[in-house]
Amino acid sequence: MDDSALIDVALTVNGTHYQRQVESRLLLSDFLRHDLGLTGTHVGCEHGVCGACTILLDGEAVRACLLFAAQVRGSTITTVEGLAAADGTLHPLQEAFRQAHGLQCGFCTPGFLLTLVPFLAENPNPDDREIRQAISGNLCRCTGYQGIVDAVRSLSRTGAPKPAHEAET
Amino acid sequence: MSSRVFGEPIKRLEDPRLLTGDAVFVDDVERPGMLHVAFLRSPYAHGRLHAIDLTDARSRDGVIAAFAADDLGAYWQHGPLLVPPPPIADAVFYPRTQVPLARGKVRHAGEPLAVVVATSRYIAEDALDDIVYDLEPLDVAIELEAALDADAPRIHEDLDSNLAADVRQQKGDYAAARAAADVILERRFTYDHGAAAAIENRGVVADWDRRAERLTVWDTTQAPIPIRNGLAGLLGLSESQVRVVAPFIGGGFGPKIMMFYPEEMVVPWLAMRLGKPVKWIEDREENFFATTHERSQIHQAEIALDREGRILGVRDDFLHDTGAYNPYGLTVPINSQCTLLGPYRVPAYDSRFRAVFTNATIVTPYRGAGRQHGVFVMERLLDLAARELNLDPVEIRRRNVLEPDEFPHHHEIIYQDFSELVYDSGNHRPAIEKACAMIDWERERDGAGIQGEEPAGTVDKRRGVGLVCYVEGTGIGPYEGARVTVESSGSVSVSTGIGTQGQGHFTAFAQVVAEQLGVAVERVRVVTGDTRAFHWGTGTFASRGAVVAGNACHAAALAVRAKILRHASEALEVDEADLELVGGEARVVGAPQRRIALGDLAQRANPLRGAVAPGTEPGLEATSYFGPSRGATASGVHAMEVEVDPSTAMVEILRYIVVHDCGTVINPMILDGQIKGGVAQGIGNAFYEQLIYDSEGQLQNASLMDYLLPTAAEVPPIETAHLVTPSPLNPLGTKGAGEAGAIPTGALFAQAVENALREDLPDLEILEIPLSPNRLWELMCAARGEQA
Repeated sequence: MDDSALIDVALTVNGTHYQRQVESRLLLSDFLRHDLGLTGTHVGCEHGVCGACTILLDGEAVRACLLFAAQVRGSTITTVEGLAAADGTLHPLQEAFRQAHGLQCGFCTPGFLLTLVPFLAENPNPDDREIRQAISGNLCRCTGYQGIVDAVRSLSRTGAPKPAHEAET
Repeated sequence: MSSRVFGEPIKRLEDPRLLTGDAVFVDDVERPGMLHVAFLRSPYAHGRLHAIDLTDARSRDGVIAAFAADDLGAYWQHGPLLVPPPPIADAVFYPRTQVPLARGKVRHAGEPLAVVVATSRYIAEDALDDIVYDLEPLDVAIELEAALDADAPRIHEDLDSNLAADVRQQKGDYAAARAAADVILERRFTYDHGAAAAIENRGVVADWDRRAERLTVWDTTQAPIPIRNGLAGLLGLSESQVRVVAPFIGGGFGPKIMMFYPEEMVVPWLAMRLGKPVKWIEDREENFFATTHERSQIHQAEIALDREGRILGVRDDFLHDTGAYNPYGLTVPINSQCTLLGPYRVPAYDSRFRAVFTNATIVTPYRGAGRQHGVFVMERLLDLAARELNLDPVEIRRRNVLEPDEFPHHHEIIYQDFSELVYDSGNHRPAIEKACAMIDWERERDGAGIQGEEPAGTVDKRRGVGLVCYVEGTGIGPYEGARVTVESSGSVSVSTGIGTQGQGHFTAFAQVVAEQLGVAVERVRVVTGDTRAFHWGTGTFASRGAVVAGNACHAAALAVRAKILRHASEALEVDEADLELVGGEARVVGAPQRRIALGDLAQRANPLRGAVAPGTEPGLEATSYFGPSRGATASGVHAMEVEVDPSTAMVEILRYIVVHDCGTVINPMILDGQIKGGVAQGIGNAFYEQLIYDSEGQLQNASLMDYLLPTAAEVPPIETAHLVTPSPLNPLGTKGAGEAGAIPTGALFAQAVENALREDLPDLEILEIPLSPNRLWELMCAARGEQA
C-alpha cells in the first residue's frame, strides 16, 4: 500500500488524545474498535440501521459505521467506555438499565446508552411515547424494548448527567 | 433462610461488564499477528462450478493466502449430520449436509466458493474481486410445492427428487373420528418464519499455538463443546488440544446452535495451515445469506369436531422447506407436528410431513423452532370451528383443554428428543381465565369492533381481541453438567458447558448455587461456554438452559453442601443436623457464635501436609450431571387487543398479555425479560419480517433496511402473569421459557385482526403469517370479492 495514502488523524476519545495514521477508507467503527482497542462500540450491520455502533461525536449521537475515521479529525468522541466513572461506578443511565433489566445479551446496549445520553440532556422529562421515538432508530433483538423504556422513565425526572469523563474535565 | 435468593428478581451479575463495554465478544478478540478472512460467496442460487482461479487474488499486496475446495485436500468433507432422525417407523430421511467450500455444485446463494486471508479484512475483501471463476447458473427450485414436481431442477443429483424427508405419525383412528364428526373443516395454511437476526453476526477466531500444540477457537456458537469435539476430529487433534470459547454472545436465538457452518470448519484449518491467528467476522449481508433461517411450511389440515365443539381428531399434511442441506435433521418439522396438538385433548391425529430441498439458505431452528407453524394451524382451526359453531373462541378452548388430572398425558407420537411426546404436567384452565380477566375478554369481545372506544364518527378504526393457547416441550436431554467449587477465599465458582447469549445464566445459576450454600449471590462466579472450564455437555437450545444446566448446578451445589456440612460437623464438633449455612458460614443452629467460614472449611478440605483417609477427595467441590427422561412441558395463554385501520390495513397492537407457566421460577425478572423479548420477535414474525426470494432464488431483502425488525415504536408494552405448575421431571421443578414468547404470536395476531374486521368482513379468514399492511389489504379485498 502506498504510504502517501495515509491520513493523519488527531482526536480526543473519552478524554484521551490520540494521533494515528489511517487509510482514507477506514470506518470510524473499525478505527475505534481495532486501532484504539475500544471494543465496547459494537458493529451490527455496517449500514446505519441497527444503531449498535452509536457514539457521541462532539456531543451528538452518530453512527460510527457511517463515518470514516478521516472525517473526524479534531473531534471529541465519547464511547461507552467513557460513560462510567474511573472507579467503576456506573453512569446513572447504565445503572438504570441494570435496575430495569434493560439489556440481555448486551450487544446493542452501548448504542442505546449513547443515543439516550444526549436525548435525556435535551428532554429531561420525556413521556413513554417520546422515549420510544428516541430509541426507534436502535434495534434490540432480546428485550422487546420495555426494560429500556422503563430504565429511561426511571431517570426522566432528573435527566441523565454527562458522561463521567466529561463531568470530570 | 434469611439469605434466600432463589426465586428473587436479583439484578444481573453480568450487567456491569456489558454496560461498560468490558464484556468480550468474539470480534473483540485480538491476537498478535492476527490475519483476517473474507469468503467469496456464490451469487447464484444454483450453479455448476467449472473452474476457479485464485492467482490474481494471491498476488495482491497484503494477501497471505487464498484457497478453494481442492486446496483443502483431505480436510474437505461434508459437515456432520447434527441431529439424526428420531426412531419413527417408516420415516424416510435423506441427509445431505453442507461442505466447507463448494466443489462442483452450488446449491444456494451465499454458499462459499473460496476464502482469502490477508493482513486486513479490507484487503481480503478487495481480493475477492480478483478471483476469476466459471460458475454456470442452473435452473432453481425455490418455491416449496414446485420443488417437488417431477421435472423440478434437482438440487442433490444423486437423489430421485428434492424430497428430503417423508414422515407420518398417527394417534388413534382419524378416519373413525372423521366419520363420527358433526363438523369437519379443512383449510390450507402457510406459515413463514424468518431470520433470527441477532444483532451480533457470527464470527470465528482461531489461534494455533504450534509449540504447545494447542488450538484455541473463539466462536459465536451456542454449542462450544460439540464444536470442540467435532473440530478435534476434523483436524486430527485430541480433544484436550482444542479449547473452544463462546464468550459473551450477542444473541443466539437458534441459528448459532447450527454446526458446522462452513466458516467454522475453514477458519481453524486456516490457523493451523498458516500458523497464524485468523479472524473471520460475518457482516450483515453474509448473515442474511449464510446464517441459517427457519422459513416456510404449507399445511393442508382438517379438524373433526362434535356439535359441542369437542375435538375428535385432526389431520394434517404439510410441506417443510429445509433449504439446500439438512444437517439439523427433522427437528423443525417434528416440532411443528408435535406442538400442533397444543394443550388440547386430541383423540385422533394423523400427521404427515414432507421436507423439501430448495435452492435457499439452510433451515435450522430459530426461536420456536417450528412450533409456531403447528400452533398457528391448530389455533386457526379452532377459531374457524368456533365461528362455524357460533361459539366464543375462548369457550371452544375451554371445552378442549386438558384438565390437571389428565397428566401425564400421552400423545403416542415421537418428539424431537426421540422420546414419546408426553406432557408432564399442566394447568391450562386457570391460565385462560387469568388472561381473560387481564384483557377483560367479555367486554372487549362484545364491545370492540366497529365502534371501538372512540366516539362514533371520529375514528374509523376497528378494534378486536384475540386469545390463543400453546404448550412447548422444553428442557430436553440428553444432559448437562456443572462443577461447583468453594474456594479458600470463600468465593464459589461454578462452571457449566452450555453457552450463554443473554439469558442471565451468570445470575440464575449463581442463585441456584447460592441458595444451597448460604452465600451471597455476588460471591458466586459462573463460567459458561469455555471448554477449558467444563467439557461435558451439549449446548444452549430448546429452552433447556435453566432446566438442564440449572438442575445440574443444583445437584452439584447439593453435593458440595453435603461436603461442607461434613467438614463443619468435624470442625465444630456438632451433628450435621444442627448446622445451617448462612452468610458464607456454617453455624450451629441456636448458637450462631459457634461458626466457621466456608473459606476456612475449603482450606481444611485441601490440607498441605499430613495424611488423609483413603479415598478422600480434596476440596469442597463436586461435579454433577442432570439428564431428564424427557422434556418438561411449559405452557401459556396470550391475548391481544389490536386496532386496524381499514383504509390502510395498518394494525396497531394496543395491549399484549401473556399468562405463562414454566414451573418453578429461578429469577422472575430474567424470566419476564425472556418472555417479552420472545413476544417482540413474534410480533416481527406476524407483521413485519419475511425473507422474500425471487424466482431465481435471490433473497431480495438482505439488509436491515429491507428486512424489518420491530423497533420500540412497534412493540407495545407487554403485560405478564405467571402461574407455577412445577415439572415433576426435575428436582427444581423448572420448565424452559426462552422460546415461549415467540410461539403463539402469529396465531393470535390473525385471530385479533379477524375479530377487529368482523363487522366489515365477516367472511375474512386469515390463513397465513406473516402479514403486512400490503398483504392484509389484499386479503381484505379478496374477502370483499375485489381485486387488490
